[in-house]
Amino acid sequence: MKIVMAKPGLDGHDRGAKVIARALRDGGHEVVYTGLRRTPEEISRIVMDEDADALGLSTLSGAHDVLIPRICALLRDSGMGHVMVFLGGIIPKRDHEKMFSEGVRAIFGPGSRTEEILMFLEDASSRIGSNMPIGVLNDDGWRWN
Amino acid sequence: MALELTGNKELLGSALRGSRRDLSRLLSLIEKGEDVAIPENTSTKKSMILGITGPPGVGKSTLVGRIISYWKKEGKRVAVLAIDPSSPRTGGALLGDRVRMDSADSGDHVFVRSLSTRGNPGGISASLMSMVKLLESCGWENIIIETVGSGQSEIKIVAFADKIILVDGPDRGDIIQAEKAGIIELADLIVVNKSDTPGALKVAETIKSALSFSNENDSPQVLLVSAERNTGVDEMMELIRYSKSPIWRDRIKIRERLLSLWDYRLLSSSQLNQVIEDIETGSISLEDGLDILSR
Repeated sequence: MKIVMAKPGLDGHDRGAKVIARALRDGGHEVVYTGLRRTPEEISRIVMDEDADALGLSTLSGAHDVLIPRICALLRDSGMGHVMVFLGGIIPKRDHEKMFSEGVRAIFGPGSRTEEILMFLEDASSRIGSNMPIGVLNDDGWRWN
Repeated sequence: MALELTGNKELLGSALRGSRRDLSRLLSLIEKGEDVAIPENTSTKKSMILGITGPPGVGKSTLVGRIISYWKKEGKRVAVLAIDPSSPRTGGALLGDRVRMDSADSGDHVFVRSLSTRGNPGGISASLMSMVKLLESCGWENIIIETVGSGQSEIKIVAFADKIILVDGPDRGDIIQAEKAGIIELADLIVVNKSDTPGALKVAETIKSALSFSNENDSPQVLLVSAERNTGVDEMMELIRYSKSPIWRDRIKIRERLLSLWDYRLLSSSQLNQVIEDIETGSISLEDGLDILSR
């Protein structure tokens, strides 16, 4: 898969995002890393220019509540509803349901194993193969838990 | 198949009318090796295609970021194709050039696409030709191709770029190695980046003296630049604008284009895998395989 890894908003730590980017690369994926402090508009444009299949977002600042819905909406509105969004970083349990309802398909918090993320992507690939939705637009209830 | 083709046609029409989304999708199709029939550019406006090459870690991406800003100020629409190697083992790639191009994400007048070599240098150069043509048709006036130049592959950039900047850094001297591969003579301008660090001046002098042995009239100029501090960038852009490529380079260009097209034909043949298998089992020779593929 072609995956954009992005750091939305103002937090300044990207070790986690970089570790994931590296792990996904080693898993055979093509990963584009955006660097720190990207706005939702920038991220949406990068996903478009790169024609990515998936978008991994890492946030540690607590602003996910605002940023993630905005990014998902931008993707939907600009014809990229097929793009799969997954999250990492610090997302409190109580916010998970809201994130899922915005179109997010998986949330990987601290302690997640990179193998698990690769399994998730494999699952997503096989869903694409059988024409089942994985993107932010057509939510059929598929989640990675 | 017919359906697919009409689908491509619609995408193409929409991309030519300015849809960024569909341009991006078409680039993916080309990357996958699909034939997209891009109409010849009939307008008199030709894009300027700038190649940036050099060893890893010398600051090519940072420099590209500066060039984007420079052209943006001139009101130009800038497209970048940034090529990174993919792992030959897993096929995976980490494309991190964007991190160093802040200016890349800032508006509708900049389009940046990261490309991996997919363990297949021949393949990427073949599809590059179509990609550049498509970007040009879609009205991207200035196109930058950034590649990691190592050994033979860097000469490929000659096939696509109107102008070439070769970038080196202090404490490397890799460029002198590259002299053997010939890229040093093909460059329009040689930039020694990180001029704010010690050693840069010495590298620049060494390159200059290496060049002085060849025909002085058409050897490239050597310039010290700091992409990080944004010094020397304006001068670099002026030099590249007014540099004149020697005529002999046009011949090399045609030659490289032929080679790229040849690679493309071979790699996009439906019989490629079968031929590789047959060579592997020893039922045909390499020459036989080539004959089958080039038919």
